[in-house]
Amino acid sequence: MNITLKIWRQKNRDDKGKFVTYKLGDVSAEMTFLEMLDYLNEKLIREGADPVAFDSDCREGICGMCGLYINGRPNGPRKGVTTCQLSMSAFKDGDTITVEPWRAKAFPVIKDLVVDRTSFDKIIQAGGYISVNTGAAPEANAIPVKKENAERAFDAGICIGCGSCVAACTNASAMLFVSAKVSQLALLPQGRVEAKERVRAMVQAMDELGFGNCSNTGACEVECPKEISLSHIARLNREYFTAGIT
Amino acid sequence: MSNIFTSSVGKKFIMSLAGLFLIIFLVLHLSINITLILFKTPETFNKAATFMGNNPVIKIMEVVLFGGILLHMIYGAVLQIQNLLARPVRYKKSNYSQTSFFSKYMLHTAIIITIFLVIHLLDFWIKNKFLGEVHDITYADGKTYHDLGALVIERFQIGWVVIVYVVLLLGLGFHLHHSFQSAFQTLGLNHKTYTPVIKALGVIYSIVVAGGFISIPVVIYFLK
Ligand code: HEM
Ligand code: FES
Repeated sequence: MNITLKIWRQKNRDDKGKFVTYKLGDVSAEMTFLEMLDYLNEKLIREGADPVAFDSDCREGICGMCGLYINGRPNGPRKGVTTCQLSMSAFKDGDTITVEPWRAKAFPVIKDLVVDRTSFDKIIQAGGYISVNTGAAPEANAIPVKKENAERAFDAGICIGCGSCVAACTNASAMLFVSAKVSQLALLPQGRVEAKERVRAMVQAMDELGFGNCSNTGACEVECPKEISLSHIARLNREYFTAGIT
Repeated sequence: MSNIFTSSVGKKFIMSLAGLFLIIFLVLHLSINITLILFKTPETFNKAATFMGNNPVIKIMEVVLFGGILLHMIYGAVLQIQNLLARPVRYKKSNYSQTSFFSKYMLHTAIIITIFLVIHLLDFWIKNKFLGEVHDITYADGKTYHDLGALVIERFQIGWVVIVYVVLLLGLGFHLHHSFQSAFQTLGLNHKTYTPVIKALGVIYSIVVAGGFISIPVVIYFLK
């Protein structure tokens, strides 16, 4: 098929940036979205032009490196997929596809479609861990965990930190990400020990890094490639208030 | 350390409590006002309004109410400004995510409600409290009441006033449509079985409250 791409091009952090239109023929519906961009880049390199910079690593939906804002939605039109898992079969011949980087104050553009997501690392550093002494791994079944909680913790733990929630949110809020990390640990006995300090520190880091506030619109939940639920945000809120009261 | 008054989560907590208080207030307000169209004369309405105007508990609640609205508005404004600053460069093509329609327009409906509040307070509250434009009326119990009902009925004889009220009150309904369930989520109350119930209640609440308030000027215009 033939497609028209409108891609955000920006030389570096300080460049103003602009959209550049590319016409691309011979695109197969079996390509992934990133393979289509590779194909475009090969063409650009052959023509001696600067290829489009974009992030990717695993290309199988587990690392969270990729992530593009495609036709007004993070990761394009399909539900529950990362950008690397998006197939070109989601588009048809003659389509115009607008490709933008994640837009948020806390995610500055480095080049073209690549953004700096160090903010997420900083939030994790603020409290998204448990403090245990290293040594021999303890017996896994020594601490009983309610099955329901183990499952919920797992549902939160599958967050890959791609930033789709921030990209989708009208307020560029990181609440779904932070709540997934808080929930994952709050639901397990090992995480309870530092639960209070964790939630307060992570919320504080999130605010200081310039993410927006949660308006409960639910766009994050809809666009999350791992379909993480808003109920984790409610749990974060509960954790935060009880940490304040007790 | 960030706290309940300064953090993002804390600010929303305060906002949702103030909002829930306003949600309860609206029920009370509507149940008094609706007597204007349920009964032939404004007697019940005037008696209730006078009671509300003199009762010391209600007088304290009036201060709480204005405080609550102010708090809600100030925090709403602060949050909105922070939200806009969180995305300095906007998307060219955006908002294609499938989310609840009204949640995208909270700022717009908030501005509509603010305009409504100004008009509404100028129309009735100021006239009643400060301008003394309300006449007294004596009922069968021998007591004298402010005839606020007459003022309301007179005001809603004017077609454009009725239209302005209906349009602005629709804005209130839209605000309530998202906000009712949103407040529960903000307070951390999300549950597999109860959240769908809360969402349904929110829809019913917003339709009943907005519809109820809208019916008052409309019925008065056509029937009184
Ligand atoms: C009687 C009238 C009002 C009621 C019953 C009401 C109720 C509520 C409730 C319950 C929420 C949800 C809070 C949450 O998400 O936790 C909300 C949100 C909001 N309200 Fe109101 N409100 C009223 C008037 C106003 C006014 C006058 C403003 C003007 C500034 C306003 C601005 C907002 C904004 C901006 C939000 C969204 C906040 C966010 O989620 O980021 N509201 N309202
Ligand atoms: S490249 Fe790893 S999730 Fe897409």
